[in-house]
Amino acid sequence: MSDRTEWPLWEVFVRSKAGLDHKHCGSLHAADPKLAIQMARDVYTRRQEGVSIWVVRSDQIVASDPGDKAMYFDPAEDKVYRHPTFYELPKSVDHM
Amino acid sequence: MYTQAMDTRAADEAPKSLRSAEEVQLQERFDARIDAGDFIEAKDWMPEHYRKTLVRQISQHAHSEIVGMLPEGNWISRAPTLKRKAILLAKVQDEGGHGLYLYAAAETLGTSRDQLFDALHSGRAKYSSIFNYPTLTWADMGTIGWLVDGAAIMNQVPICRCSYAPYARAMIRICREESFHQRQGFEALLTMMTHGTEAQKAMVQDAVNRWWWPSIMMFGPPDDASPNSAQSMRWGIKRVSNDELRQRFIDATVDQAKLLGVTLPDPDLKWNEARQSHDFGAIDWSEFKRVLAGDGPCNRERLAARVKAWDDGAWVREAATAHANKQTMKEAA
Repeated sequence: MSDRTEWPLWEVFVRSKAGLDHKHCGSLHAADPKLAIQMARDVYTRRQEGVSIWVVRSDQIVASDPGDKAMYFDPAEDKVYRHPTFYELPKSVDHM
Repeated sequence: MYTQAMDTRAADEAPKSLRSAEEVQLQERFDARIDAGDFIEAKDWMPEHYRKTLVRQISQHAHSEIVGMLPEGNWISRAPTLKRKAILLAKVQDEGGHGLYLYAAAETLGTSRDQLFDALHSGRAKYSSIFNYPTLTWADMGTIGWLVDGAAIMNQVPICRCSYAPYARAMIRICREESFHQRQGFEALLTMMTHGTEAQKAMVQDAVNRWWWPSIMMFGPPDDASPNSAQSMRWGIKRVSNDELRQRFIDATVDQAKLLGVTLPDPDLKWNEARQSHDFGAIDWSEFKRVLAGDGPCNRERLAARVKAWDDGAWVREAATAHANKQTMKEAA
């Protein structure tokens, strides 16, 4: 093959049923958006796994840096008061 | 389908002894995460040897799925009924899908799809030796489902807990889909053994005789001849040893064979009360090595068919790229 240019990579998100959110399920190579959607159907929904598909070019995704994980996410670790279980209430109103 | 060849390579990428202090620290942190049972993601730091081992294993696995479509594709147009044809088509399509999940997982490690294909097409990359055997009769389709997919599932289930998360996620999806592959095979054989003619029953037995030994070779060389296994176990890439998996497969298969009414072609196969397992005869590892090295009954045919499919599809890939470029230019204008 003379042209060695690979088709771009796309990330695939599938909504498994109405009412649920789209969830990332994998990636694939496709020449354009239309083909990406069609291929995503064949590759990721052969058993009625979805009712809707999103595809997005992988190079368009902006992600947090794994190296910053501690800096980004650890500050929430000691904020237990953000959870309902932090508060002890009398039994009679504990279903609150 | 599986990755036996990684064990036959010498430790050609042994970790270097001279490393910077920073690298040592990263390595220690990585080891601690592995020990804690953490998953490693694509962008996390990992030792170069871990990365290379994974690229080799995942790509071999992907190649096996893709080449594995060929022996079965051989029977799609000759399936005995429309039902069997639809089943076989679905199975072969699954294998194509499984190859794609796995290539995508391998690419997260920084090797491109074209590089992976190139390694396969040039003959540098290995794939499972099992696909270099011919599929001579319809009974081979059932037997591949029962034994070959059965062995593959036995092998693949522990990889769902692989330390490299993109590989583990692909394996979970594959294992969920693959159970049907084994069941349809067993059912196809059971149909022939229950309702078939004497000739059809003999055909099933013949297929089992031919596929049994290659199937148990799928688990790879014995543990004491598998130099890279220990490192892969240490890294959580491999969870259960070759011999242990092989024994589990044999123990599970003996009763299934009885139910089917076929014999397994090993006179030394018998229950060992003390071990609570079956003893079995010596495996011909020289055959395994020969087939893996490229000299099995169908190696050349399989690779040639794969390369032809890729080359014949070149114009489609080029046309789709040209169309996409044209649309982009139109939008820009």
